[in-house]
Amino acid sequence: MEKVTPEKATIVVFSGDMDKVMAAFNIAVGAASSGMEVTMLYTFWGLNVLRKDKTGSRTKGIIQKMLTWINKGGTENLPMSRFNMSGMGTWMMKRLMKRYSMPSVRELYTTAKQLGVKMIACTITMGVMGIGKEDLVDDIDEFAGVITYIKDAKESKINLFI
Amino acid sequence: MDINKTVDAAGMLCPMPILKTVQAVKEMKVGEVLEITATDPGIKPDIKNWCEMMGHQLIDIQEKDNKIIVHLKKLK
Repeated sequence: MEKVTPEKATIVVFSGDMDKVMAAFNIAVGAASSGMEVTMLYTFWGLNVLRKDKTGSRTKGIIQKMLTWINKGGTENLPMSRFNMSGMGTWMMKRLMKRYSMPSVRELYTTAKQLGVKMIACTITMGVMGIGKEDLVDDIDEFAGVITYIKDAKESKINLFI
Repeated sequence: MDINKTVDAAGMLCPMPILKTVQAVKEMKVGEVLEITATDPGIKPDIKNWCEMMGHQLIDIQEKDNKIIVHLKKLK
């Protein structure tokens, strides 16, 4: 197979809502399947996707502790952007996804990783929210800030903010 | 037409059929033919565009018993 420099796609995952994250992963997997080099940068609520279920090792003070308590992390704990109904909506959506053999967020993440999608955690968010590296999944490619994203985005044909 | 490999993506939704196709094509040799069976109608434009992007040849798209059958040839 001839070697050509692959085109790049960059996705900022700002939202931690299950439905939006799924859309982000679908696009990432689609782009990677089409031969693109994909980078996903997780910031703010998007960082919840990368968090292990039980986190908050670096929380300092009452505000960060409260935030870690109410802002649940982990791919299984993501709420829906609409009709979440204290988790009922998410539960129903997961049931439907299973019925139509759609992959879960966790499976989509693993698939994306297997296709070589680069996962970057935003260190700024980690600092503000009191999330340490040990609170996040082990297969993150890079811990970086906005400049790394700008460098990737400048070279990208597709650039999304979800 | 000789079919060298088959992918059963019936019941799967986007982006799974394409993902299965990518995996199958990776394992194939140049010039071999892949048959994909799917039910998601999105596969029809998706596979056409994917073949164009990746430089493979879309041979045909047939519909039989509510199933969509795609044939493509790996070109590189």
